[in-house]
Amino acid sequence: MSQIPALIPTSLLLASLLSLLIGLKSRRGAHWTALLGAIAAFAFSLMGVKAMIDGDGEAIRYAAGNWIPPIGIEFVLDSLSAYMTAIITFIGVIVLIYAPRSLALETPGRERMVYPSMTLVLAGLVGMCLTGDVFNLYVFLEIAALAAYALLAIGDRGAPVATLRYLLFGAIGGGFYLLGVAYLYYATGTVNMADLSMRLPELMESQAVIVAAVLMVVGLGIKMALFPFHFWLPDVYTNAPSVSSALIAPVMTKVSAYAIIRLFLDVFPPGFFTANLPLAQTIGWFSAAGIIFGSVLAIAQHDYRRMLAYSSVGQLGYIGLGIGLANPIGMIGGLLHIVNHALMKGLLFMIGGAVRLRFGVTKIPDFVGVGRAMPWTMVAFTVGVLAMVGIPPTAGFFSKWYLLLGSAEAGAWVWFAVIIASSLLSAIYFFRVVEMVYRDPESDSAVEDREPLPRGEAPASMFWPITIMAVSIMAVGIFNVLIVSALLERVAAPLGG
Amino acid sequence: MDLLLTNRALFAILVSAFAAVAVALTGERNRNLRESWTVLAALAKFGIVASMVPGVLAGQRYDVNLLQISPGIELALRVDPAGILFAMSASFLWILTSFYAFGYMRGGKEKKQTRFFAWLAVCLSATIGICFSANLLTFVLFYEILSVATYPLVIHAGSEKAYRIGRQYLVYAITAGIALVGGIALVHNAAGSLDFVAGGFLEAEMGTGLLWAIFACFFIGFGVKAGVMPIHSWLPNAMIAPTPVSALLHAVAVVKAGVFGFVRLVGYTFGPDLMGVLGAAAVLAAFAGATILLASFIALTKDDLKARLAYSTVGHLSYIVLGVALLAPQAMLGAAFHMVTHAAMKITLFFCAGAIYIHTGKKKVSQLDGIGRQMPLTMAAFGVGAIGLVGIPTIGGFISKWYLAAGTIDAGAYIFLGVLLVSGILNAAYLVPIVTRAFFRTSPDHTRFDEASALMVVPIALTMTLSILLGLFPDAIFNFFSLAEAIVETVTGTTFGGAT
Repeated sequence: MSQIPALIPTSLLLASLLSLLIGLKSRRGAHWTALLGAIAAFAFSLMGVKAMIDGDGEAIRYAAGNWIPPIGIEFVLDSLSAYMTAIITFIGVIVLIYAPRSLALETPGRERMVYPSMTLVLAGLVGMCLTGDVFNLYVFLEIAALAAYALLAIGDRGAPVATLRYLLFGAIGGGFYLLGVAYLYYATGTVNMADLSMRLPELMESQAVIVAAVLMVVGLGIKMALFPFHFWLPDVYTNAPSVSSALIAPVMTKVSAYAIIRLFLDVFPPGFFTANLPLAQTIGWFSAAGIIFGSVLAIAQHDYRRMLAYSSVGQLGYIGLGIGLANPIGMIGGLLHIVNHALMKGLLFMIGGAVRLRFGVTKIPDFVGVGRAMPWTMVAFTVGVLAMVGIPPTAGFFSKWYLLLGSAEAGAWVWFAVIIASSLLSAIYFFRVVEMVYRDPESDSAVEDREPLPRGEAPASMFWPITIMAVSIMAVGIFNVLIVSALLERVAAPLGG
Repeated sequence: MDLLLTNRALFAILVSAFAAVAVALTGERNRNLRESWTVLAALAKFGIVASMVPGVLAGQRYDVNLLQISPGIELALRVDPAGILFAMSASFLWILTSFYAFGYMRGGKEKKQTRFFAWLAVCLSATIGICFSANLLTFVLFYEILSVATYPLVIHAGSEKAYRIGRQYLVYAITAGIALVGGIALVHNAAGSLDFVAGGFLEAEMGTGLLWAIFACFFIGFGVKAGVMPIHSWLPNAMIAPTPVSALLHAVAVVKAGVFGFVRLVGYTFGPDLMGVLGAAAVLAAFAGATILLASFIALTKDDLKARLAYSTVGHLSYIVLGVALLAPQAMLGAAFHMVTHAAMKITLFFCAGAIYIHTGKKKVSQLDGIGRQMPLTMAAFGVGAIGLVGIPTIGGFISKWYLAAGTIDAGAYIFLGVLLVSGILNAAYLVPIVTRAFFRTSPDHTRFDEASALMVVPIALTMTLSILLGLFPDAIFNFFSLAEAIVETVTGTTFGGAT
């Protein structure tokens, strides 16, 4: 049991390496190795979640190589990291099942480098969530980022340039963060999170600590695509292969948000991010601006993937609002939105890939008649849209509900209004697509000039992952209290209440 | 068996959801089988709801607690007089509408019939869910489902215009829904509870500003569906949907869900006392009064029959809102009863309009000269519905208007008595000429007897009969009047000791 924190990233790293080697011989072998590694990591993550529930949230610590911290490297599994790793590995498994057919169409001949990269991204992300020190968080951040650049750059014509931009800004973000870590080390003499949380309360007034906190949050903010650092994101998601977007959009930015939450709740002393230094509020205000900005720009998009990308800018704001509210219920809303948005955005990108596979279209006006051609996929699409808009009982409703409760409790009326307004904006840009999808050339006078699309769902390897995601969205919504009471309430407990 | 009986409220909701799936899976392959799912579900739903009426009248409440959907808040159902009154009228009229719709959709050779019947069934599930919700979060869950499930019915025609109206509908419905969610979040923050309590659970100490903010959110949330001006304009446009939808959803289920929301707001959330102290009741009454008059005037100007009926609906929904907002027990009684009588009368009128359209292709009032010769039964039913809405005795509308008027006097709000009288005259002015035109003018188009199919005429005759019976024996039909009394008694504490 005590090895779980190490087993999750290790199984993924190992799978990545093996899949690279096997990939030299066999494409299918590479795929299966990657998938098995992800399934193993997901199983370990579920064991981790179970351990957290059984052990009442008692953290499991693993010292790498038996070097005891603060000298050695430590992996820590607690409620928050168990929650995050379960989400990341779940999305990983689903997208890996989904991947082969879509990759064969969109990146022919280059699949064998995709699978090792995908598992490496996952390894980096779970590593970020499990590591017990702020420096290794940077290391895993860069592992994940480098592998992600590879995945994104193999897309359409614009992809390499977009990814290069992402790489530059990602490097700047990482640089900021690393500089912050250096300041922190200078001030405290440690990079271990548990150590830091013991030493920092005496140093609340230290200039070095304040600078460190600002640098780290700005760096992670760029990585998280927090408005106004979002500008790298839309081009990247628009041009990347569907598989890459479906893997990276749901989890990558969230893990940077996770890192901010970790610093806020567990590393820096209580009140440091709110009272001493209004970092949380600042994040909240930028997030509120990002929600409106992302939603408005999403309305203006004609390309389905680009619309989803701007929608992501907005949706990330909800997580930021949870940080900004700095009360338990608001933070629960932000945290719950991590899983909600991972499921919704993953689903919608996967559906985009399925439609592209069947009909080769990515522009929203070309989606006419898809509802009739792929009825079940479009049921899943509708579920995803309802969740994005926040219609109960889908998952998307409940994170907004908790954020509204948190805003009311904090008296943050502007944010309250932003959450309300953004639901309407999401409805406008998403129902537009639903309307197109269900227009039917055979019976609607509005689209008589269109040729009906040939009927047929996506291949089973894509269809079933899509179905599982849609069902998960409903299940997470209806049973959200299980997640909240088993994991999230404990995570948000340091905020009092 | 016990499990089945105690969870009846849940089954009443689910039965039509299952029917929707069965309808969708059966599809066009076997139309009669598909139609029989709808009929079975409608009968079952009505039977389940009706079986709870005696218990509710005897003071029993049927509770079903399913699971927590937010810490401390359950997805919970509770059958009380207000809920079952609405559920009875909606589920009974669904049976008749089903048959009518078979005739209408087949007669009009409409496309996408499977989709139509499936979503209609989903709408009914959501409506009954709204009726039986025990707390605000459960309520809004079904309220949002209803909003979304109505959309495919609004865009049924598939024309560019239908899609444009569908977009407008969605913007209104989503705005209403999210405003409501915001209001509920405020309630939760103020009271820590969301359970409906007869007589209300909010307190004046919670602060005037907060209470007004809650009221404003709820006003938008319910006002849109209830067609309160100035946020009503989706409703006349939504008449582009097939007539069975206009009849059942946009005269009964969907719009009354908004009105029912006001009942829950005034009677079970704020409570009449707080509404009065706060002054919110006066604001609500003012909006409702203005809506009654304006809608009646606009109805006069409409030549399109369904548009005229739609504005009539807008006006009559506000009768109910006004009755609730006056806070006087008599007015509330009239309002509760008007939920039923208006449903019966207005569905009759829409049924007639649909029968005329399917059978003759005529949509405009000015084309109806002499149609009484061709379709005497339909037009006779139309006449009954029309004079009922005006408020002529022996028809249900008289009873509810009588109590509403008595309530205005009790409340000392004589200006609203004036509103009721003026609007009664306007009702006559925009409805009765249709009947006289049909019977007393002649037209070469309509010379011989030729009614629409029995599938349409029989439901029309039944809703007409229901309208009359409600006026003659208000309590004989499913105890509607006793239920209305029970609502007022539990909310205000007044006892009528009346008809039962």
